[in-house]
Amino acid sequence: MAYLADYEPLVGDSDIDELRELAKRLAGKRIVMVNSTRTGGGVAEILNRMVPLLNELGMAVRWEIIEGSEPFFAVTKKLHNALHGRPEVISQELFELFLEVGRRNAQRMALDGDIVFIHDPQPITLIDKRQPASHWIWRCHIDVSHPNQTAWDFLRPFILKYDAAVYSSSAFAQQMAMRQILIAPSIDPLSEKNRELPPEEVAAILQRLGVPQDRPIITQVSRFDYLKDPLGVIEAFRIVRKSMKCRLVLAGGPATDDPEAEEVLDRVREQAQGHPEIHVLMLSPNSDLEINAVQRASTIVVQKSLKEGFGLTVSEALWKARPVVASAVGGIPIQVKHRYSGLLVHSVEGAAHAIKQLLSNPEYAKRLGENGREHVRQNFLLTRHLRDYLLMFLTLESAEDVVYLNS
Amino acid sequence: MTEPATETRLPTSRPAPAAKPFRFHTSLILQESTGLRAATLPTLLKLLRSVPESSIYHHTHHFLLQHQYLTPEPSNDFAYWVSEVLGEEALGERLASLDILEHATLQSLRATLVGTIEDCLTHHPAVRLKFVSEGEEFFFVKSRHVIMPTRHTASTLAEFARALSKVSLHSLYFHIFDARLRVGRPTNDFAIWLNEQLGLHELAADIAKLDPYAHTLETLRSLLLTLVQHELDRQNARHGLSS
Repeated sequence: MAYLADYEPLVGDSDIDELRELAKRLAGKRIVMVNSTRTGGGVAEILNRMVPLLNELGMAVRWEIIEGSEPFFAVTKKLHNALHGRPEVISQELFELFLEVGRRNAQRMALDGDIVFIHDPQPITLIDKRQPASHWIWRCHIDVSHPNQTAWDFLRPFILKYDAAVYSSSAFAQQMAMRQILIAPSIDPLSEKNRELPPEEVAAILQRLGVPQDRPIITQVSRFDYLKDPLGVIEAFRIVRKSMKCRLVLAGGPATDDPEAEEVLDRVREQAQGHPEIHVLMLSPNSDLEINAVQRASTIVVQKSLKEGFGLTVSEALWKARPVVASAVGGIPIQVKHRYSGLLVHSVEGAAHAIKQLLSNPEYAKRLGENGREHVRQNFLLTRHLRDYLLMFLTLESAEDVVYLNS
Repeated sequence: MTEPATETRLPTSRPAPAAKPFRFHTSLILQESTGLRAATLPTLLKLLRSVPESSIYHHTHHFLLQHQYLTPEPSNDFAYWVSEVLGEEALGERLASLDILEHATLQSLRATLVGTIEDCLTHHPAVRLKFVSEGEEFFFVKSRHVIMPTRHTASTLAEFARALSKVSLHSLYFHIFDARLRVGRPTNDFAIWLNEQLGLHELAADIAKLDPYAHTLETLRSLLLTLVQHELDRQNARHGLSS
């Protein structure tokens, strides 16, 4: 487990000093984090790193998990999809089940923090157990820019009871009479997926995965999901291949909660058949090291999603100073400033053109990658995320645009 | 972090320390959504007239911290969106070249932004019809600042140089940008203190003259340290001659 001091060489002593200075004002604050799972998924990944650091900074942070039956999580999955804008029919009976599980959890859980921090829709109804003098925050990790109206109308009255809602991007915030704070997610530079790897270790892993490093490698790391558009990536690669020698790596893991994944993977394999320069890697769930190595070995990293929550794979690639070609969707434009820290595209042809531009101009590609790494250093590392949380806790009681903290 | 040259070249004799030491502060920013968005230039203009000043500030300043590593820096958010997303490069260029230093208040900066866009819409009415696709709208965000003292203080120029080389970029940003525009001071905190507390009028004037919007924050730090080091060298030389 990493300590704050371990981040100093990456972000500088003064930034870590500032975290400690901010945290002094929060010493002893009881904070309760609530979400629906301790393992799996981005929220649990962040909390696993964030909670120990907040405790190291002197707060008393407890992490609670809601309990629910299989039908409850089936409803929350439907709700999740609906908030992403997918058409879903959620009956009154299912909404009732959602409320009932919420009530049972509220009775069971000790939500006695000075600050109660609720993550995502699953535990949202716990707000009804709010104690006076406590502050409640709802952290939405989902792209709710175009939600299914029924689902949103159901959640809205609960959201409005919170002191603040937190979104990952300004594009996700709604017009609501409450504080809507913008906090982007982050990557951990010291995790297995992002830590530095020596070239010989990268080469050994690539060899083990059966990907020769004899030509430029173009990579997309993502689930096999139509929304990540792996077929579009193959199409773009084919256009590039007409004039340039290179390899394509499509790396992803199994998604047991996505019935479409198998179908997408089959179609990807079908398209890749007969093309030995296309490598489809189905990695096991604990393949962070392999993903790290594949990203580091890539000449260009692509993220050609059609829809994206935040798309942290982009920050992962940029942190490794890889030039990125990515779709201008979801949180990607926040991570990639077009022509400064990567290239944003809107189509298969655009992606192919951008890839060719970068392959033909390695110096330009290198500059984009280096800028990208600095952009991530300043904006998308765990320490910035931690700072934003501390600032949010410190400003919960103030309505002013400028808040002065004394010595 | 690399130590600057000043660390090993401190003067052997220093002028009288300041009666009021300089306490370095830092300003950390939390972003908040206003919930407002524009897909066309007329909507951008309409909202620009009414959004809080903290939103005008955010969109003309946050890129300085967010993209502090880039040379040249990308332009302010309005210019970037108009050029890169809406595709109106001529207007984007005008918005990018606005001299923010000329504006002592956000009210005046807002008026100039509004006037520039109004002028474009008057002369090129067809631009009104342009709109961007879903997700590419201009989203109005506002900044909430949390200001606190750091552990760095200085009573002499040498101490000032040492602290300046160590403080975070947020601190530098606070004393140069925040103090000048947001809190309504005419110059910057460094120039005021050097002038009033150490009587270094020439150095203060040189520092006040720096255009902070033309440099990245790290470049600005280097420029400040160079100016301060010249003064320290001058003081050392004078001390050497007189002793």
